[in-house]
Amino acid sequence: MANVFTRVGDWVNERAPGMAPMYRAHMTEYYAPKNFNLWYYFGSLALLVLINQIVTGIFLTMNYNPSAAGAFNSVEYIMRDVEWGWLIRYMHSTGASLFFVVVFLHMFRGIMYGSYKKPRELVWLLGMLIFLVLMAEAFMGYVLPWGNMSFWGAKVIISLFGTIPYIGNTLVEWIMGDFLPADATLNRFFALHVIALPIVLLLLVVLHIAALHEVGSNNPDGVEIKKGPKGNRWDALKPADGIPFHPYYTVKDLVGVGFFLLIAAFIIFFAPTFGGWFLEHDNFIPANNLATPSHIKPVWYFTPFYAIVRMIPSFLGSAVWGVLAMFGAIAVLFALPWFDRGKVKSIRYRGTGFKVALGLFVVSFIALGAVGAGITAEVIPVWFGDVDVTFWENLFGRLMTLVYFGFFAFLWVYTHFGWEKTKPVPERVTTHD
Amino acid sequence: MANEVVDHGRRRFLTATTAVVGGIGIVSAAVPFIKSWEPSARAKAAGAPVTQSLAKIEAGQLLTVSWRSLPVFVLNRTKAQLATLPMVDSRLVDPKSDGASADQQPKYAQNEARSIKPEWLVMIGICTHLGCVPDFVPEIKPEPFDPEWKGGFYCPCHKSRYDLAGRVFQGVPAPKNLPVPPYHFIDDSTIQIGVDPKEAG
Repeated sequence: MANVFTRVGDWVNERAPGMAPMYRAHMTEYYAPKNFNLWYYFGSLALLVLINQIVTGIFLTMNYNPSAAGAFNSVEYIMRDVEWGWLIRYMHSTGASLFFVVVFLHMFRGIMYGSYKKPRELVWLLGMLIFLVLMAEAFMGYVLPWGNMSFWGAKVIISLFGTIPYIGNTLVEWIMGDFLPADATLNRFFALHVIALPIVLLLLVVLHIAALHEVGSNNPDGVEIKKGPKGNRWDALKPADGIPFHPYYTVKDLVGVGFFLLIAAFIIFFAPTFGGWFLEHDNFIPANNLATPSHIKPVWYFTPFYAIVRMIPSFLGSAVWGVLAMFGAIAVLFALPWFDRGKVKSIRYRGTGFKVALGLFVVSFIALGAVGAGITAEVIPVWFGDVDVTFWENLFGRLMTLVYFGFFAFLWVYTHFGWEKTKPVPERVTTHD
Repeated sequence: MANEVVDHGRRRFLTATTAVVGGIGIVSAAVPFIKSWEPSARAKAAGAPVTQSLAKIEAGQLLTVSWRSLPVFVLNRTKAQLATLPMVDSRLVDPKSDGASADQQPKYAQNEARSIKPEWLVMIGICTHLGCVPDFVPEIKPEPFDPEWKGGFYCPCHKSRYDLAGRVFQGVPAPKNLPVPPYHFIDDSTIQIGVDPKEAG
């Protein structure tokens, strides 16, 4: 038997001599820092969820009917009549939310350990593009069941483009292919959701990993292992603090996969709607173009950005400012490597100002999420009694919007003028032998 | 042939012209794909006028009529409701509908009540912020979203507020008053939505 495999391998090698070296360069001879911690699980988990979305998505298209007349019923058909259809659909819908959970944590890891800094700016930019495409992909996927939240979510998000002066209305009609979200809208969103965006997403993931492997992974200490001492057990010329990605980190990541699947399975089997957070109750009602759900809110992962739109009032007869602020909230993340001029990467050796600012940034992101999800509108009357809820909610939301953008402004001032007092960064990763 | 001197200028010219012609070709080929996203002939044809009888709409009652698949509010306002309109003027963005909202209604509805006949309000129930349908909240009583509420429309999506003539309040995300569609009275108790009085002759 072994002989057969060897011969097949030799046959391929003779015709494609570059393949084996490529495998080695990215797996068995890709030396990653040996001090990765829990935060380093989320990259591989994002890849796992992406595969889950593609596989379950393919099977969902086999029974889904992309038309305004048939979409809602075909989703119910998948849920009730298709053998195991409920599991495949819940794997897909839960996967969408968990995708954002792991991506948010993955991004936070990058900010915490300075993984966006030189020489990894390109890795960060490609990652941000993935985030942007992922948001478009999630939004279009949410429209496909054609429930009432799908319809009104589509209406609101597409109308964001209508606030652009002069061309806005034409642009909105062009995106919808009608005067309101309709059959044409649903069909093109289906095409984009199942073909166009997944292809772009896969390409970006490949580029993201390729760009990472060019410069090598960062680590919790934020030291460059390539600049440290050379020579490890496998290669005298490679970094002493590096270990082969395979088998060391593939095996480590499997532990993360195990925990992650445990949590995912619990949600899929016992709480697939997650109390209205992963699948909103109003989306179990068919789309109705004459009635907006009384508590319209996006799925949880869009709520911080949605809150920013809501907090900015109209000015000079235009609503474009809130939309600009929302896109600005994503744009500043893209530009993070240039806001932060500090040379020290990891939070372990950065100044107190950075630690406090990052803490406040996380608080503002969660608080904006609470505003966007309508939690503040519910708790303000309970906690403070008979007060003007809109006034206090707007005050709180605007303050948190300021904190969100303030993080980036502070980071620039703090590092540009050299106000940051950093600790000495060690020569090597702290857990070397 | 092999010994001839390479003319770099000519080579650059050929490269540039090939790139330009190819670029024009790609842009031209993209046009049909971009145009295919515009509303189709079928979608455009679905916009016929709608006739609605007012006979059974009681005082204070709101009826939603579908015109071009848009929700059109037809509200029979009471004397008391009409009396609230001047009371909120100071809190509105454009109380006379002659500023930012000058184009939000036909000329014949550009007045305080924003209607042809004061009691009959006809307008498109699509929030000027991001296109949700505002809720009709007619009672004059303090609401959680406005302690001095005099009745009007409240958008559940981003909390924009309008008065009983669809005029937008200050400090909310919506920039303009709710739009009034073209309409006219066929007789005292019937309106046609989608046709101006002039066109109807």
